[in-house]
Amino acid sequence: MSIIIKKPSDIKSSEITDQSTYLNRRKFLKQSTALLGAAWAGRIAMPVEAKGNDFPGVIKSSFSTTESINTLKEITSYNNFYEFGTGKRDPAKNAVNFKPRPWSITVEGEANKTGVFDLEDFINPYQMEERIYRLRCVEGWSMVIPWVGFSLAEMIKKFEPTSKAKYVEFTTLYDPERMPGQIRRVLHWPYTEGLRMDEAMNPLSFMAVGLYGEVLPNQNGAPIRLVMPWKYGFKSIKSIIKIRFTETQPPCTWNVTAPKEYGFYSNVNPEVDHPRWSQRTERRIGANFWEPKQETEMFNGYADQVAHLYTGMDLRKYF
Amino acid sequence: MAAVLKRAAIQNNAASPGKVEFFLKKSLKPIVFLLCLAPLMLLVYGAFTNSLGVNPVETMTRNTGDWALYFLLITLAVTPLRQVSGWSGLIRFRRMFGLYVFFYACLHFLTYVWFDQYFDWNEILKDIIKRPFITIGFVCLLLLTPLAVTSTNKMMRRLKKNWQKLHQLVYPISLLAVLHYFLMIKADYAEALIVLFILCLLLGYRLLKKFRVIS
Repeated sequence: MSIIIKKPSDIKSSEITDQSTYLNRRKFLKQSTALLGAAWAGRIAMPVEAKGNDFPGVIKSSFSTTESINTLKEITSYNNFYEFGTGKRDPAKNAVNFKPRPWSITVEGEANKTGVFDLEDFINPYQMEERIYRLRCVEGWSMVIPWVGFSLAEMIKKFEPTSKAKYVEFTTLYDPERMPGQIRRVLHWPYTEGLRMDEAMNPLSFMAVGLYGEVLPNQNGAPIRLVMPWKYGFKSIKSIIKIRFTETQPPCTWNVTAPKEYGFYSNVNPEVDHPRWSQRTERRIGANFWEPKQETEMFNGYADQVAHLYTGMDLRKYF
Repeated sequence: MAAVLKRAAIQNNAASPGKVEFFLKKSLKPIVFLLCLAPLMLLVYGAFTNSLGVNPVETMTRNTGDWALYFLLITLAVTPLRQVSGWSGLIRFRRMFGLYVFFYACLHFLTYVWFDQYFDWNEILKDIIKRPFITIGFVCLLLLTPLAVTSTNKMMRRLKKNWQKLHQLVYPISLLAVLHYFLMIKADYAEALIVLFILCLLLGYRLLKKFRVIS
């Protein structure tokens, strides 16, 4: 497999999406989202799977769950994305004007192929897949989301990490003018997250650039985010601008903020409570709230694929 | 509960002449009574129109808790406002506000018991013992109960001097309620700090009064 790594200066201007085309696309997206919202509010009969068509040729992944998928409205109106405000409804409001393009991603650290890449070049080499994953938030709620993206392992291989690369660190954009939630220091900006290399290379680890067949909405981490389905949602870092291969365990924002509450691993585990609440059950968003919450599964139901990563580890200690 | 609130609402204190006073006595109290019910009405309306967001239980829990705390601040503001503004008529609303604290605190607890734990008393008990912020919230509700029960004129007369002593429990309750709020927060303390600031003003005023720093 050949690796095409371009510097921003190598990109021909013809390859860059013309701004008016881009804006039209956004307008269309906005209109279709508004239409979906109206349809929901008016309870107009509509297909369960409203599909966008931003990713022609997307293939369906065998890792997908068959559980019923949350609506686009649910997925895009209830978000923890502190860069756009700490309220669940804040990101949908405050990310409306965020421009996720042009966007470049820096790859650095213990790897042979490093550099700065334009987003389109960064994601171009990969076959887009749709993966319907469960997402379990550390706060005790969950959703089922049809992501579009590509395997993190495939991406990592392209950069040829060296034997010194034991961990991968991800960093979110820090730009308080574009991300108004960063004006106040509620967290240690920029948001960073990290994975052990073998976790990152697991076939379930995923880089998402879309959902419901559409380009990733701003409030869900546009233009590119991580999705780690067996870990609590906050590990799935959004709006990534930097990927770094490191020898030592990278700092993770929530872990740094409250080390007793959020560990480096943060695997979904019904046996290990958050100090302030139980993790035994979860509320599936959209489920009938007159009926009890559902039981949380070990590794969020992905134990078959990932349990081996943690054999011999005391998961109470390495929570 | 509703009966107690209603009684509080139609309670008339000292008779006084004048049209304004007459209006205050006859109309203002029922109006305020209904206004205090507005947060609940909005929740009920939201529940029926499906507009409480995609996690309605979270909205209900937050809202009822917020309003219990807001009414606690409003109740504590009555005396300072009365003394500073000289509008002694304010006192007649204090009991009603106080009972609304209890009312919203009960709804807050009910939301937790029903829609968070689904009446799993075993889990509820474990939660109350194990989780400091739930322990503290529960203690607040327990301490509010005797205040609500002894809020009638009859109990006031029966308890005499002890009534005031008992009702000074509202001060530790207010501190515990704000602590309960703080302990629930993940990272953003802005709103809780505003609440704490207002509480400090209200309690600070009383301390200054007590030590005769201000008259």
